[in-house]
Amino acid sequence: MASTSLDRKPRLLQALDILSALLMLGTIYMVFFYAPMERVMGQVQRVFYFHASSGWVTMVVLIIAALAGIIYLIRPHKKWDVLAVACVEIGLVFAFICVTTGSIWARPAWNTWWTWDPRVVTFTILILVYMAYMLLRQGIEDPQRRARFGAIYAILAAVTVPLTFFSIRIWRTLHPVVIGSGSATAEGGFDMTRPMVWTLLFTLLALTVFTLTLLWHRVRLGWLADKVEELRMKAFGR
Amino acid sequence: MASYFAAVWAIVRKDLAAEWRSRQMVTAMLVFVVLVIFIFAFTLDIDMLTRRQIAAGVLWTTFAFAGILGLNRTLATEGERGSLDGLLLAPVERSAIYFGKTLANLFFMLVVEIFTLPLYALFYNMSLAQPGLWLVLLLGSWCFCSVGTLLAAMAAQARSRELLLPVLLLPMALPVLVASVRASSAFVNGLGMEYASASLNILVVYGLIMPALGFMFFDFIVEE
Repeated sequence: MASTSLDRKPRLLQALDILSALLMLGTIYMVFFYAPMERVMGQVQRVFYFHASSGWVTMVVLIIAALAGIIYLIRPHKKWDVLAVACVEIGLVFAFICVTTGSIWARPAWNTWWTWDPRVVTFTILILVYMAYMLLRQGIEDPQRRARFGAIYAILAAVTVPLTFFSIRIWRTLHPVVIGSGSATAEGGFDMTRPMVWTLLFTLLALTVFTLTLLWHRVRLGWLADKVEELRMKAFGR
Repeated sequence: MASYFAAVWAIVRKDLAAEWRSRQMVTAMLVFVVLVIFIFAFTLDIDMLTRRQIAAGVLWTTFAFAGILGLNRTLATEGERGSLDGLLLAPVERSAIYFGKTLANLFFMLVVEIFTLPLYALFYNMSLAQPGLWLVLLLGSWCFCSVGTLLAAMAAQARSRELLLPVLLLPMALPVLVASVRASSAFVNGLGMEYASASLNILVVYGLIMPALGFMFFDFIVEE
C-alpha cells in the first residue's frame, strides 16, 4: 500500500471525525429531547435506541470480519487481516454496549438483570467467541499463520453463532420484537410512534457512521503497527 | 475416491493402533469420567426425580470435558514426536488427515460413552438403554469431534495449546451441547422423538456444515 497515505491523516477521515461527532451530538438530542416518553416504560425505554443500534453495528462489523476472512484465504494479503482484526475489536466493544444496555433495560422491563433468552445468550456467547479469537491470535507468533487461523476462526464463528441462536430458541423466547410483528410471549414490547422511528433511524445512521470512522482509524493503526514492525526488523535484523 | 477413503482409513488405523499400544489417553479419559460422575453425585445431592431430569446435562458435560482431554492429545502427540511432518509429506489429500483424525477421536469418545452409560445407569439406578439416546450420542459426538479436531489442529500450533483448546472449542460447540442435551433429555425422560426432533435437526445441520468447513480449511491449518 502507498506509504504516503499513512503518514498524514487523510482529509476524508478528518471530515468523518467531525461528522460523527456532530451525529453523536444529534443522537443525544434526538434520544433525550425529541423522542417522546414511552408511556409504560418511561425514561428507561430511551436506552433502546442505543441498544438496538449497537446490536446492529455489531452484526455488521462481524459479518465484515468473516467476509474479510474468506477473502484472505482466497487472496492472502495483509490488508484483509488488518481489516478483520479491526472489525472484531470494534464488534466486541459494541457487543458489550449492547448487552449492558439491554441489561439496564431488562431490570425494570423483565424484573431481572439477566435472563436465558436466546438473543441475550447468543450475544454473550458471541462475545466469548470473539474473545477466544483474540486469545488465539495472541498465542501465535508467525504473522501469516496468525492471519490464516484468525480468518478460519472468524468464518467458523459466523457459522456457529446463528446455530447457537437457533439451538437456544427451542426454549421459549422473552425478548420483544419491536420491528415487525411481536411474538405473543414477548414481555416489554411497545409500538413505536413516528418520532420514535425517526430517532431510531437517526441513531442507527449516527452509530454506523461512527463505526466506519472508528474502523478506518483502527485499520490505519494496524498499518502503522505493521510498518513499525517492518522498520524494527530492518534496524535490528530480527 | 477409493484411494481417498483408503487414506482416511489408514489414519484411523494408525491412531487406533498407537492408542492401543499405550492405552494412555483412553484410560485417562475413563478415569476422568468416573471421577466426574462421583463429583457430580457429591456436589449435587439430589432426589430421584431431579436426578432423572438433569441426567442428560450431567452426561454431556462429562463427555464434553473428556472429549477435550482426548482432542488435546491427537495433534499434540504428533507434534512432539515430529510425526506430523511425516503425515504431511505423505502423498494424500490433507483433508483425509482431518477426517481420519476426526473419526479416531469419535471412536475414542464413543468408547468412553459406551463405558459410561451402564456405569451411570448403575450408580443412579435408571435405565439408559434407549436407542434414541444412542443416536443422539453418536450424532452429538460426531459434531463435537468434527469441530474439535479442526480447532485442536489450530490450538496445537499456538503457544498455550492445552489451555487454548477449551476456550476456542466450548463457545463454538455450544449449539451441539444445547441440542444434544435437549434431545437426550427427551429420550431419558421418555418423551420420545416428538420432543427431540427440533434438536436433532440442529445436530444434523451442524454435523454436515462443520465437516464441510473442516474439509475446506484443514489445508490452511497445517500448511507450513
